[in-house]
Amino acid sequence: MPTETFKREKKDSLNEISTIEKTVLSDYKYGFVTDIESDEAPVGINEDIVRFISAKKNEPEWMLDWRLKAYRQWCKMSGDEPKWANLKYPPINYQDIIYYSAPKQKIKPNNLDEIDPELRKTFEKLGISLNEQKRLTGVAVDAVIDSISIGTSFKEQLAELGIIFCSMSEAIQEHPDLVRKYLSTVVPVTDNYFAALNAAVFSDGSFCYIPKGVRCPMELSTYFRINAENTGQFERTLIVADEGSYVSYLEGCTAPMRDENQLHAAVVELIAMENAEIKYSTVQNWYPGDKNGVGGIYNFVTKRGICQGANSKISWTQVETGSAITWKYPSVILKGDNSVGEFYSVAVTNNYQQADTGTKMQHLGKNTKSRIVSKGISAGFSNNSYRGLVHVSRKANNARNFSQCDSLLLGDKCGAHTFPYIEVRNKSALVEHEATTSKIGEDQIFYCNQRGIDTETAVALIVNGFAKEVMNQLPMEFAVEAQKLLAISLEGSVG
Amino acid sequence: MNSVEYYKEHYQELQSRGEKNGLTSIRENAFNTFTKLGIPNAKHEEWKYTRIGGLFNKEYKFSINANISLSTDDIKAFRLPGHEQANELFFINGLFSSTLSKIISKELVALPLEEAAINEYKEIVATHLGHSSNYLKDGINALNTAFVNGGLFVHLSKGKITEHPVYIYNITDARSENIFSQPRSLIHVGENAQVQLIETYATLGDSESFTNQVMEIAVEENALVEYYKIQNDATHANQVSTTHIRQVGKSYVHTVTVSLDGGIVRNNLNIILDAERCEAHLYGLYFQKGKSHIDNHTVVDNVKPNCFSNELYKGVMNDEASGVFNGKIFVQQLAQKTNAYQSNKNVLLSDNASVNTKPQLEIFADDVKCSHGCTVGQLDEDALFYLQSRGISEKTAHSLLVRAFATDILEHVKPAPIKAYIEKLIAERL
Repeated sequence: MPTETFKREKKDSLNEISTIEKTVLSDYKYGFVTDIESDEAPVGINEDIVRFISAKKNEPEWMLDWRLKAYRQWCKMSGDEPKWANLKYPPINYQDIIYYSAPKQKIKPNNLDEIDPELRKTFEKLGISLNEQKRLTGVAVDAVIDSISIGTSFKEQLAELGIIFCSMSEAIQEHPDLVRKYLSTVVPVTDNYFAALNAAVFSDGSFCYIPKGVRCPMELSTYFRINAENTGQFERTLIVADEGSYVSYLEGCTAPMRDENQLHAAVVELIAMENAEIKYSTVQNWYPGDKNGVGGIYNFVTKRGICQGANSKISWTQVETGSAITWKYPSVILKGDNSVGEFYSVAVTNNYQQADTGTKMQHLGKNTKSRIVSKGISAGFSNNSYRGLVHVSRKANNARNFSQCDSLLLGDKCGAHTFPYIEVRNKSALVEHEATTSKIGEDQIFYCNQRGIDTETAVALIVNGFAKEVMNQLPMEFAVEAQKLLAISLEGSVG
Repeated sequence: MNSVEYYKEHYQELQSRGEKNGLTSIRENAFNTFTKLGIPNAKHEEWKYTRIGGLFNKEYKFSINANISLSTDDIKAFRLPGHEQANELFFINGLFSSTLSKIISKELVALPLEEAAINEYKEIVATHLGHSSNYLKDGINALNTAFVNGGLFVHLSKGKITEHPVYIYNITDARSENIFSQPRSLIHVGENAQVQLIETYATLGDSESFTNQVMEIAVEENALVEYYKIQNDATHANQVSTTHIRQVGKSYVHTVTVSLDGGIVRNNLNIILDAERCEAHLYGLYFQKGKSHIDNHTVVDNVKPNCFSNELYKGVMNDEASGVFNGKIFVQQLAQKTNAYQSNKNVLLSDNASVNTKPQLEIFADDVKCSHGCTVGQLDEDALFYLQSRGISEKTAHSLLVRAFATDILEHVKPAPIKAYIEKLIAERL
């Protein structure tokens, strides 16, 4: 019985925690100088900050060591920030960032009238219900309590099946064995500059474990949306799907987060065992900066999944409409024989946004398949790049890849770029790549106008048609919102 | 060899000759760039898959003075078919040799570059030599430019049409020692002029050689240029060959690059469509065996509106050969109504062969039609089976299919003797 095993494991791990906790606390006594009472770490980054974060979160020693290792690695890489991306931004001062800010008691608005009217307008366009609006903006009403209780009931239902779904800090305390076994096995702390930084200072994230043969009965999304409210800017997510299991995970928030944080460096790791399947969908809509390109989030994300066992499958779907800068390459390592990797992406850039996004498909196992569908839409003064790698290693017999990346340009001040890398070391591989770039046909617009559809709506309509192949991959409830989001992102780009 | 000092010495020697031919300042800029950038290593994005650093760790002889040691008998073996009816221009160890060269078309001007830089053509040289200013961005191009010496200048004036093709031979005499050569040429095709250029490479002897070539072709209004490059050199002959074509007026350019053999071969083919309504066709075939390495980098830069370009490169990789294709299409903001197509197809015949391809688009204008595609695969099993079921042996079926694959490119080789020659080379390989 998987449930029983799981419970026993949980118990064992709890015992272990208490011992580890003691060690950490004793370590804290002498190794540490910063005032623990403060809710915020001092500005900047150094070893003490890393220790501070670790202590704040009551982490076991191995976790602190792991963070310190990452921090030292990051120091070694310092000045070695990746420059190859097709992005232009002023250098980031890493000493000018607060790396830890405890979930303080925020001053909550009393009713919706106190909320930024522009934000409310967007909510209305997205068709978010009143209760949902209140919850998202943190209005202190009963609705919040309602949703928490919903969350709890979900959690019970999941626990019955043996599914662990909790925050990363909770997982470190409650399931240290699992975390220790899988953490940073897909994205090592030394992987890249931003991954090292994330490992050193990550504040929280989600952890998900699906036991053998369990099919997760619901999209792990609604819960996450509640859970995510106070996650910091350095999230770390780990999803493990054990043999024969299935999970569909939704990340992000469809409502615009008016987050003024400058830098987001998240890491997501997915592990799919034999016959397991993980479907990971993202709708990213961080603050893109204003019309003149002032402000906005720098989004540097490392996402990678490994198809560890035979016949496993990982599928990434992303709709990227926000952020001033997007640097993101959800990848799949196809290690198990017959494993499948998929990447579906829609990236929209408007005004002065810049996106450099794509994927990596590493074919290692035999008969592995991958499929890439990327749709880039650029408008205003923005630049949109697709950067992808398909690598077929010497032993990956009968590997198969199909890539398609299409770009749509709205206006003559924006740019669309394609950088596909294809590396083939095996003669039985079959790799295909195709890309096109075009604009919206005047005849298409004319046709819509003729039937009483104004130009702006027509563009939204055509863009949605262009992105349909990817939108179809999104779970139902997200797809509707994502479609509206596309239209909103392109507002003002026509005429 | 790798030390900048070595080059500095030779560079000083060259500059101290005190030539007042207008080339000294371009050499100086280039040499400063080279000192700064050095030889590109694998960390350089453009050189990710092709490592040439190792080639510079060998001892080479560097020729600065043209003392021709070859006789007409020595070069006999290298002559391409149809040479009786062709203009022939020879480079020996990177230096243009007017004594060996033969010009049969009256309208064709072929002079040492140094001479052209001071006589009636000096304005053309000043306008077009190093115009790409690529030498300021790329270390290896800068190295060639720093030693512009013994170069070739070819000119076709307004309205002249050469009936006879121009064969350009790059011959390396590596019989006694390792040779480093840097051929340089500037070809100017005037308004309404037409020319066929055919270039090839050959090595004498068994020592190693490294050729770092730069050729610039400027194409004026309504001119028509066909350019064929045939690379079938020895396995100990390595080269970086840069061809920079600039279409300064509404014109037509047709290029075919056929690479069959060699050590490490890197081709940079850059075409700048710098006038409205230009048309450019780029075709390439690389068919490698042994341990050879071929790298084709192409750039099509659409600067002005209403241009058309079409590119097709095909590769067959056997044994332990490795192939690289990197095709870039740039569409600048002004270049509306551009149509640009690119395609790269590869076949791997052996498990130890590899292909790295990167078809790249960078587009800044909205009213364009651009597409690119690439494939890597193997010979069609069904087709092989079909042929065998009709009594054709597996080997023959195999070679039939490969030949068919190559035909797409070969049909774009217009001069008949050259086409027959390449077909023969490919047939020998199958």
